[in-house]
Amino acid sequence: MKKGKRTEKERRQRWRGLLVPLLAIVTALIISGLLIIVTDFDVHDAFTHIPMEIVDRVEYSWEEVSLEEALEHHAAQVEIGDRVRVDGRWRTVVETIDNPERQLTLDEAREIYPELAVGVMVHFNFWQRPMVGFAAAWESVASAYAALFEGSIGSPVQMVRALIAAIGGDSSQLGRAFYPLTESLVTATPYILTGLAVALGFKAGLFNIGAEGQYFVGGLLGVFVGYSLKGLPMIVHLPLTLLAGMVGGAIWGAIPGLLKAKTGAHEVINTIMMNYIAFALADWLLNGPMQRPDDFRPISAEIQPSAFLPQFFASPIRLHLGFILALLVAAAVYWLLFKTTVGFELRTVGTNPHAARYAGMNLTWNYVLAMALSGGLAGLAAMNDICGVIHYMPNAFSAGYGFDAIALALLGRSHPVGVVLAALLFGILRAGASRMQSVAQIPIDIISILQAMIIIFIAAPEIIRALYRLRDKPDAELAPTKG
Amino acid sequence: MSTATQSIDHGQIVDPAEVRRGRTMGIFYVLIGVCIYWLFVPSSQPGQTAILGLNPGTQSAALTIPDLVMPVRGSLYAMALVSIVLGVIQLVRGFKRFEGLVLGVVALFLVMSFVVWAARGTGFNMLGVLASTLQRAMPIVLAALSGVMCERSGIINIAIEGMMLMAAMTSALFGSITGSLWLGLIISLLFAGLLGWLLAVLSIRYKINQVISGTAINILSTGLTSFISAKFMSENAALNNSGKFTNVAIPLLSRIPIIGPIFFETNVIVYMMYILLIVMHVMLYYTRWGLRTRAIGEHPRAADTLGVDVLRMRYINVIIGGMVAGLGGAFLVLGSVPRFDELMTAGKGFIGLAAMIFGKWNPFGAFGASLIFGFADALQGKLQILEVPIPSQFMRMAPYLITMIVLAGVVGRSEAPAAEGEPYEKQ
Repeated sequence: MKKGKRTEKERRQRWRGLLVPLLAIVTALIISGLLIIVTDFDVHDAFTHIPMEIVDRVEYSWEEVSLEEALEHHAAQVEIGDRVRVDGRWRTVVETIDNPERQLTLDEAREIYPELAVGVMVHFNFWQRPMVGFAAAWESVASAYAALFEGSIGSPVQMVRALIAAIGGDSSQLGRAFYPLTESLVTATPYILTGLAVALGFKAGLFNIGAEGQYFVGGLLGVFVGYSLKGLPMIVHLPLTLLAGMVGGAIWGAIPGLLKAKTGAHEVINTIMMNYIAFALADWLLNGPMQRPDDFRPISAEIQPSAFLPQFFASPIRLHLGFILALLVAAAVYWLLFKTTVGFELRTVGTNPHAARYAGMNLTWNYVLAMALSGGLAGLAAMNDICGVIHYMPNAFSAGYGFDAIALALLGRSHPVGVVLAALLFGILRAGASRMQSVAQIPIDIISILQAMIIIFIAAPEIIRALYRLRDKPDAELAPTKG
Repeated sequence: MSTATQSIDHGQIVDPAEVRRGRTMGIFYVLIGVCIYWLFVPSSQPGQTAILGLNPGTQSAALTIPDLVMPVRGSLYAMALVSIVLGVIQLVRGFKRFEGLVLGVVALFLVMSFVVWAARGTGFNMLGVLASTLQRAMPIVLAALSGVMCERSGIINIAIEGMMLMAAMTSALFGSITGSLWLGLIISLLFAGLLGWLLAVLSIRYKINQVISGTAINILSTGLTSFISAKFMSENAALNNSGKFTNVAIPLLSRIPIIGPIFFETNVIVYMMYILLIVMHVMLYYTRWGLRTRAIGEHPRAADTLGVDVLRMRYINVIIGGMVAGLGGAFLVLGSVPRFDELMTAGKGFIGLAAMIFGKWNPFGAFGASLIFGFADALQGKLQILEVPIPSQFMRMAPYLITMIVLAGVVGRSEAPAAEGEPYEKQ
């Protein structure tokens, strides 16, 4: 980083740097929105099958139609699929009757209504009533994203109301109103740490695809220390447990680093292999030596309360010290990378290993160190989940942090501050997605699609620049997105 | 990195790393021999036999042959001894051309001694394991071949997993909708090819780091397939019921004992894989296309100078590679279980990459490596039945460990195409 005053142009470019990520997120949200629309049955119906009642005087043109207009688009007689009103009740015209209460045959219908008339309901499609289709599409997306927002941030109305009540002395509503927001922060915490893990690897020119495995091994070692050591005071036990998790992850990360330095074996393949070894290891330990006694499930014993990360508020709010810890770790990573010799060496090795070697830096040491630190952060992320939230280790542990972390590091441009912001965004998305699933029936996997598109757009800013006709090229890439 | 330092010895260029590796392998063989002796012999009783079944349990066209009865102790002694002798020869003078063969023999001994030991005193349907080996290896083989296609032309394909998943989902979905297995297969290949095209565009046109574009495609594919499966296929069972290709016995060939029931009494996708394997080998090493593909993977600038359209070749190879991976994904549905489950590939694409490395970026090498992985997978299922006191999870780890060892150059060496992962810019 260059010291001294920044010129006006440099400062403007810094803000320009934010433009592409922002537009990438917006574009990804738009495309996901289109996917939501396309896969929504209600929208499909609104495009192909709009029920229109024939009336004398049209008052509400989205549901009612005059006889003249109906005849423009429909045959002169009632057809199968139309509905007719008989004795004040709607009945569908069908070929074979399953439900005599609600259906009738074509012959019967034509007996009552020889021609189209008031009291018949025909169906229009998109071309005859485009606004209905658009409205349905909008409704579909808006309700989905509204659910996403309410699930992740909370309902603003409720929040204001709770705050007002709290000022008045009644703080009982606060928990409910702010629960979604705190839950997003809880979800974001492991993202911050795994994102930092991958970003730190990027800075040293290493692809750590194995954050997932490091997370598992860190969790295994940490949870072991967490439940097996008994009777320690919290001030000793909690740091020890967290440290154990970091050590586990660090060991798992250091191995591919060492292999790369010593044999040139590509860390991408090795970290992927280490992932699967870690899964098998966890599967074995949690079904065998580490399985909770008297339990058939593959989960570990519960850690001692002295290893819990303290929660700030009363249940159900789960926000715990880990969030603050993650922010501190982000600051520490920033300090390490940009303010120390060690960080300078790591970054030099990442930018140009040949130059680094020429300058007398030890490549082996730096590769191992970078991967160990990276793994350690991933391990800490696991401990954050264990000590802060679930208090034991299940077999199906991670929510795919390993790959999400790559997206985070890219989105955050491998900078600690950027990673924290990106992690908050992902935490919000992930927390809101579960509500989106329950309210709007949109599978939670939409988040993965969103993430993939964000990665693509961030890594290939040309696409975004072409889409939005941006001219300026941003400053040098901060993440090794280019091959 | 280690090859950079070379010394001249008796007028010949000798790579010290090569010498070291030869020694390591020799010690490794001796260790395997000792392991066979120490681990397996003590817990077996003299006079025990292991019956290895060589006939399929079900109705089959193959001729029946007697089962293999092996004296446990005798065969363990023999295999331990031969491994040690081979190790000593390797240490003293090396095997030169036959290095790969010897490695294979020792590996086979290790596995066989384990099987004989595990089956001591009882019977063990060896043929069943071998037949399920091929079935379990199928997706891995095709993933590995896809990797060979892409990486030989210089594009790292981490996205094989995603391509397989996409093909698996689309084959189940469109196979169910159209009611035709063949249409389902073709459409799924198109979708996988589409992802290949996406990888090509991102890596070639936009020059995104290939690991990142591959990862993005994996995430996209995971999300998209799970999304569609959750939205449509889980509620509507009719959309996830494609049926599967039935087994077809090839006349004559299927009557050969052992080989017949394993290789020639299976479904059409497996036969397609055989053809693909041979075609790819011939194409890669004996045609102009193959020479060009290998050239752009090793030195694109030189190939470009000679008039090869590097970028176009890469596009074609990556798209075809995507379709090959797609065949592997379609096999998971149309060739084994006729339904799609979320994340059903379960890392087979990545194992395929490992097999490709293990097989030194050759089609047949990749095939052989995939069979080893498939065997480990098939064996761990059977060992649970035999109540072997080794956790099955360790069997599951073995292929990954082997891959890491191979990649590190401890046993055998596997070198990637030189220009792999580097985007090519025309001058």
